[in-house]
Amino acid sequence: MASLLSIEDLTLEFPIYQGSVRALNGVTLRVEPREIVGIVGESGSGKSVTAMMVMRLLVEGSYRVRGSVTLLGRDVLRAPEAAMLELRGSQVAMIFQEPMTALNPTRRVGGQMVEVIRLHRRLSRARARAEAVALLRDMHVADPERILGNYPFELSGGMRQRVLLALAFSCQPKLLIADEPTTALDVTVQRQVLLLMREKAREKNAAILFITHDMAVVSQFCDRVYVMYAGGVVEDGPTAEVMANPRHPYTRGLLAALPDRTGSRGQLEAIRGSVPDLTRLPEGCAFAARCPLAREACRQRPPSVVTDPAGRHRAACWAVQEEVQTP
Amino acid sequence: MDTVIANAAPRAGLAHDLGYLWYRVRQSPLTMAGLAVIVLVLAVMALAGVLAPFDPNHVSLEQRLLPPSGAHWFGTDEVGRDLFSRILYGSRQSVSVALFVVPVSGTLGSLVGCFSGSIGGKVDTLIMRCTDIVLSVPSLVLTMALAAALGPSLFNAMLAITVVRVPAYVRLARGQALLIRELNYAKAARAFGGSRWHMVSWHVLRNAFPPILVQASLDVGSTILIASALGFIGLGAQQPTAEWGAMVATGRNYILDQWWYSAFPGFAILVTATGCNLFGDGLRDILDPRLKGK
Amino acid sequence: MSTPPILTLRGLEVRFPAGADWLGRANEHVHALNGVDLDIRPGETLGVVGESGCGKTTLAMVLIGLVRPTSGTMERNGARGGSANMQIVFQDPQSSLDPRLPVWRVIAEPLHVQQRGRLSRAELKRAAGAAAAQVEIPPDCLDRYPHEFSGGQRQRIAIARALISEPDIILLDEPTSALDISVQAQILNLLNDLQRRRGLTYILISHNVSVVRHMSDRVAVMYLGQIVELGTCDEVLKTPRHPYTRLLLESVPQLGVPVGFDAVSSSTELPSNRRLPRGCFFRDRCPLAREGCERPQALLTATGPEHRVRCHVQALSQP
Repeated sequence: MASLLSIEDLTLEFPIYQGSVRALNGVTLRVEPREIVGIVGESGSGKSVTAMMVMRLLVEGSYRVRGSVTLLGRDVLRAPEAAMLELRGSQVAMIFQEPMTALNPTRRVGGQMVEVIRLHRRLSRARARAEAVALLRDMHVADPERILGNYPFELSGGMRQRVLLALAFSCQPKLLIADEPTTALDVTVQRQVLLLMREKAREKNAAILFITHDMAVVSQFCDRVYVMYAGGVVEDGPTAEVMANPRHPYTRGLLAALPDRTGSRGQLEAIRGSVPDLTRLPEGCAFAARCPLAREACRQRPPSVVTDPAGRHRAACWAVQEEVQTP
Repeated sequence: MDTVIANAAPRAGLAHDLGYLWYRVRQSPLTMAGLAVIVLVLAVMALAGVLAPFDPNHVSLEQRLLPPSGAHWFGTDEVGRDLFSRILYGSRQSVSVALFVVPVSGTLGSLVGCFSGSIGGKVDTLIMRCTDIVLSVPSLVLTMALAAALGPSLFNAMLAITVVRVPAYVRLARGQALLIRELNYAKAARAFGGSRWHMVSWHVLRNAFPPILVQASLDVGSTILIASALGFIGLGAQQPTAEWGAMVATGRNYILDQWWYSAFPGFAILVTATGCNLFGDGLRDILDPRLKGK
Repeated sequence: MSTPPILTLRGLEVRFPAGADWLGRANEHVHALNGVDLDIRPGETLGVVGESGCGKTTLAMVLIGLVRPTSGTMERNGARGGSANMQIVFQDPQSSLDPRLPVWRVIAEPLHVQQRGRLSRAELKRAAGAAAAQVEIPPDCLDRYPHEFSGGQRQRIAIARALISEPDIILLDEPTSALDISVQAQILNLLNDLQRRRGLTYILISHNVSVVRHMSDRVAVMYLGQIVELGTCDEVLKTPRHPYTRLLLESVPQLGVPVGFDAVSSSTELPSNRRLPRGCFFRDRCPLAREGCERPQALLTATGPEHRVRCHVQALSQP
């Protein structure tokens, strides 16, 4: 079965004053139907930009791109805008971190939902409204009629995210892209939203591409995970395995830096240094300057990808390469 | 544990900031056009003495009301003075009004407004009601009345326009002060025990500056128009000094047969004001904080 | 308790006027804090956890003096007599530093205010350099502006600013919530280090339970403006007694633990804080609700002398 989404060697640059920002540096990733795939990374890792490129949401002309993005068999980078408009919202849906800014604060929720539903399906206003009620009820909202009559600011963050999820699922998309959907929510609400997302995705045979900086959420929720750093994928594989046996020094560093790992008040193992300047990426591995295992090769050439024997867990690292080669 | 300031970017100084500004301006053709006009007008202002082929006040009655020709590019007026030279020298009146009015009214208005917004309470209410009163009178009418009361002269015109302009800046600055008060760094300053005066001098003034700068750059264009309007009705620079608005007014008497008399000064006003507005618009877009740090 | 508490809160209540009648008198209030009693011991780190609407932000504002309590008292007892000096580090390092001030001024500001402008520019710069050195910001970049630094560096600058006036207590309002994981680790290490070297008292307010668990000696859990559980870190976070604390801890995602297969529930909403519920605030969502819960709950002793819980059910039952 062909992949739902296939990104090959995607490189993206934003020209700015005195140079350009290389936001993505040869990203390769895949999402199969009905999978929940996570992208985890810190700021500057390029995870959000990757998500935006899947639907080509960036402003035309503000970037230079190389590589390929294939979504449901279509070449996203070269498709005409009309084709993209047809894809967005119906085959692929996206929800963002800040539910407040995704909804128009001056209109009631009902009106906005009806508008979106009618944009993709030929329904009368009354039918669309009934559909909206049904969708909200499907999202376990207790009193959908009342919610439709509210303005967004009258709803809590969790409720707004349910509205957006309802809209996202309204056209039975094959892929749902969620960019930090629970970061701004309380922990108890976050759990509900995650359960909801998983339940609906399974029900409607949709895959989820889940972007976050929270390792714990990824480990709970995603089947496979990609770890990104400074615009590139450094490690990927089944979540349980990557979390239990991280191979790339960056992944190891991230897991070691989590407060839960150390006993109370002990020194946390912080990764020294900070993220490289994306306008001036080094020649070799982007993580070399901060890596405890860095060697000469790391500074000279970008590392090649090393795959484990089962073929599912990959890391881009010269040190791992050496380890594998010396039995 | 070592911390490396990996941010090895060159220290952002004035040179860097200006370079960035120029980079942004270059990206917008309209803004560039506005800038070109401004540069042109300033050059004309400075070099009028060199550029003008004739003495603007040289009367020559045999040459009155000549149409544009090789000798007199814009023709002559009713006493034979070369219009091209008069327009070049006339730039000094209009532009110097703007160069006086905008900084003075801007500074005065901003100081009062920042103070008013920071102090709040009854003082703030009083100042706001005063500005309400001034703003409720149509500004052009008020300016003309004031200029007439002070007596016709260039300086009095500048004064009148300045006074009427101040309340708009007071409102703008006060709005900024109120906004800034709610920002986290202002709250932090209050938490440290900062007095209101400390807030104004350390935080409000420097953060309110960009929006005020934008307003000021947009004001230049309209100030030139108002100065020309005052000149048109005879307040402002007096004869024989060349002034664009006055020239348009006098030209009305001859407009049927000698169209060039009103047209060229009018065109000068149009181009100058439009150029300033275009540049001001461009500047506002560049300085818009929402686009910053993209 | 051998040493007297450095900060004492009794019966702290904060109400904000919300709606107003036609005469302009407030007829509706937001009850942000509903009776907070707390003793903070010198040198300890007290963690305050809770979700949005629990009142922890309002508590921070009251402690730092930006909001006046409607009733209740707050006493700060410095070691040398007089009022203890408290400073604050805000959550968002981007907005808490004035973008148009060079960083040395940002750091030196509290000192300048404290000394009522008596210090010269050179003296302020020197003091800023000393504070910056404590947080490992090199002194030669103090002329730069905040936007030239990364998020973690800006938070260090904010910490330097809190240190410069030699405080006794530092209030940390979500100090690492806006930071990446790797940067968070650096900052937490720095904070621990500073506490050891200078004998600081920390009040750490956060919704991130892992951070609180890592840093705190004692923990207070807040719900709808009240403290519902208070005790040592182990007592509250390893053996929680209050049903809300348990719900909270269950919901915290843990590495490697799958999210579970509970049914999605419809009610995760806090009751409104405009009209406070009668009796226990958590009653509507509590699995243990029974007779006796319709009465207002007091903070009662739970497992140990230090451990208190606002629940008559959990207080009575023995471990």
